[in-house]
Amino acid sequence: MWHDLTADQALFRDTTARFLGERVPLARLRENRNDPAGFDPGYWADGAALGWTMPLVDEADGGGSVSGRGTVDLALIAYEFGRHAAPGPLVDCNVVASALSGQPGDLPRAVLDGLIAGTTIATACLGAAPWQEPDVTIRRDGDDFVIDGSVRPVEAAGQAAYLLVSGRSESGGATQLLVPTGEAGVGIRALKGLDVSRRFAAVTFDSVRAPAAALVGDHGRADDQIARQVRHAAVMLSAESVGAMDAAFAMTLDWAFDRYAFGRALASYQALKHRFADMKSWLEASHAISDAAADAVADDTPLAADTASAAKAYIGHHGPELAQECVQMHGGIGVTYEHDLHFFLRRVTLNRLLYGTPADHRRLLAAMQIGRETRA
Amino acid sequence: MSDSGESVEDFRHRARGWIAANLGPVQPWDLDQDCADDAAELVAVARDRALQRKLYDGGFAGICFPREYGGLGLSPDHQRAFNEELAGHEFPSRFMVPTFTPCAAILLEFGTPEQKARHIPPILKGDAFWVQMLSEPGGGSDVAGATTAAVRDGDDWILNGSKVWTSRAYWADWGLCLARTDWNVPKHQGLTVFMLPLRQPGIEIRRIERLNGESEACQEFFTDVRIPDSDRVGAVNGGWTVGSRWMFHERMAANSPYVTRPTGLSGGGTRGSPLVAMAATAGRLDDPIARELIGEARALDIVTHSLNRRLAAAAASGTANVDGSAIGRLFHGMAAVRRTTIAFDLAGSDAAAWSEADEAENGAPGMDFLLRQVACIGGGTTEIARNVVSERILGMPREPSGDHGVAFRDVPRGPSR
Ligand SMILES: Cc1cc2nc3c(=O)[nH]c(=O)nc-3n(C[C@H](O)[C@H](O)[C@H](O)COP(=O)(O)OP(=O)(O)OC[C@H]3O[C@@H](n4cnc5c(N)ncnc54)[C@H](O)[C@@H]3O)c2cc1C
Repeated sequence: MWHDLTADQALFRDTTARFLGERVPLARLRENRNDPAGFDPGYWADGAALGWTMPLVDEADGGGSVSGRGTVDLALIAYEFGRHAAPGPLVDCNVVASALSGQPGDLPRAVLDGLIAGTTIATACLGAAPWQEPDVTIRRDGDDFVIDGSVRPVEAAGQAAYLLVSGRSESGGATQLLVPTGEAGVGIRALKGLDVSRRFAAVTFDSVRAPAAALVGDHGRADDQIARQVRHAAVMLSAESVGAMDAAFAMTLDWAFDRYAFGRALASYQALKHRFADMKSWLEASHAISDAAADAVADDTPLAADTASAAKAYIGHHGPELAQECVQMHGGIGVTYEHDLHFFLRRVTLNRLLYGTPADHRRLLAAMQIGRETRA
Repeated sequence: MSDSGESVEDFRHRARGWIAANLGPVQPWDLDQDCADDAAELVAVARDRALQRKLYDGGFAGICFPREYGGLGLSPDHQRAFNEELAGHEFPSRFMVPTFTPCAAILLEFGTPEQKARHIPPILKGDAFWVQMLSEPGGGSDVAGATTAAVRDGDDWILNGSKVWTSRAYWADWGLCLARTDWNVPKHQGLTVFMLPLRQPGIEIRRIERLNGESEACQEFFTDVRIPDSDRVGAVNGGWTVGSRWMFHERMAANSPYVTRPTGLSGGGTRGSPLVAMAATAGRLDDPIARELIGEARALDIVTHSLNRRLAAAAASGTANVDGSAIGRLFHGMAAVRRTTIAFDLAGSDAAAWSEADEAENGAPGMDFLLRQVACIGGGTTEIARNVVSERILGMPREPSGDHGVAFRDVPRGPSR
């Protein structure tokens, strides 16, 4: 992670690290294996009180960050989430909070207050990302909007009070609406998933009506804001995966020194030493690109989108590769539920798939580069 | 750090104006240093010398070199700002590695005041091109196993033996050479570093042809070459102290504060990609497979750039173990291999045979692929980098060796040494 954190940032990160260590040790995650939510509401509210869901929200809307660069501060929290394989919809609550920040009207403000307090969960139904075939349509009908279609996987939809639905409008541009999960025509079906503590659902919209006040941004013109939300998600997921990679690598390194075969520690075999060296180089590169992406998105540089997609593509690929190498170094114990390693393998694997796979982000990168060069 | 007191932003502003007024756009020979033939190479070298001189006369050579030796005495941040402003412009590409680093970096660290006063200014002016003579016919990875030997003779040393793979020695001026000066102690304790002019009786330089027909690599044969003791760098038998730093500077070349090189050359900027041009020529810009390859290469460029910055920052702040440079070396080798393979894949069967007209799009990717492993061999192999990372960074046990604590003369050496 960063070499030059301020004292406030270090305190912010360390407070969360301590909190996660006490409240959600891996033993607790094992106990909650079959819990429908994967976490208890008190944990989430207490964590939110540490500032988890406010860094991307304007101060005028009750948000704020310790360094003034909310994306970076949030990446620090996400990193600790990865290192602890912590439960809770950190990414989606922050994506929705960033979308609602600065929106006029009572509804967004009320939802934001709840998100920041940790008493409301809201999640993103990404039905119109740049790489997706449109899964959701949103059309105007008088003063209302009508939503049809389906999205999966949606994180914490079963626990959420609100959905930030994105879909294609009549014009082909994207639209985003904030919809209560209890609205008529919204169907939420729990799915099984890869992670021990994170829950996903399939969400369907059957002629769901939403009033004009539900609109986030302008009808048919939400593509840029969706791209911005994807960048924020890419930064959080990348930082989280780097935390999980660090944890998996550290426990595997310890194991290599302690485990003996043929009268020697595993760490003494050159064939294995070289694989650890490769892992270490992926890990350093992942730290570097994760930090660079958070910096670029925080400062909204001209290369923010490129850097965020590069992080998502690189870490999305190398996170699971590193974790699988760690499994291989462990031998048979590495594929058991009893061992802790799988918590981190699950986390990086899941993160690879959310908000665009490596292939999706490579194509985004190509589109940006080809666009720049054919324009030039 | 800066004793002139000029802020980075003021310096950047001044550099921007000077670069715009004095330097042209980046040229193909800055990017790909392999020339068609010797004549073209010598033209490119002359141009690089003139460019380096232009930087010097303009007051922008040796940004992080001490002022007493003709540099500017500024900080790595000033060098970084200059490199950023240089993006898209021509630069003396052949001078950077190995002349500015590792050679000049080693002279700055270990040279006497007299040696620095004599050699640093000509380097900054583009008058002296240096090469590094480490590898030998008997082995390159085991650098400390050098058998090229110097024997004391009054105030001089007499050098005999051979170095190999020395890039560009046939037109270079000076070399740094690691030689054995004591055979009766373990290998690391009997080495000394010398500097020597390459054009002198007693040094025969032969060219070595690489598989693509190009022959910048050389082998030098030394026969009773006389070296004054004043051209010794570091202590007698202190060559490994120098050698360790030498290897550090070599591995750090991509992040060195001594190197003037436009930002974005190693990726991360908005410079045009040869892959996009290739796909466009082949009419494959809409092919999803081509696009995924272009995107993967783009991601790799941005990651490389970020890693370079991270390693440079760690080195500058002193928080990094010096062996951290081996992480960069390993990453660069593997990333280059992947990039070369991507270009090759993108070219498809057109890389098999080509005409003059499509040499750049189709000939280069095939030839680059044949030479792909160069990125994992030159500058110390990726296996050696993996040894360094695992042993010195991760603290894993060292490999058993046949030379530990043994007088070098008794170390088993294979038929080739
Ligand atoms: C483009 C290019 C430019 C070069 N320029 C220069 C130059 O200017 N000056 C210079 O002095 N040299 C130069 N070299 C030489 C280069 O440094 C050596 O080729 C390199 O260090 C390897 O040495 P070697 O070729 O003798 O291979 P060897 O040392 O014989 O190694 C053979 C193989 O064994 C592996 N190996 C060796 N030891 C170990 C070990 N302990 N553990 C695991 N694997 C091991 C190596 O990785 C390699 O794969 C250049 C090489 C190239 C390709």
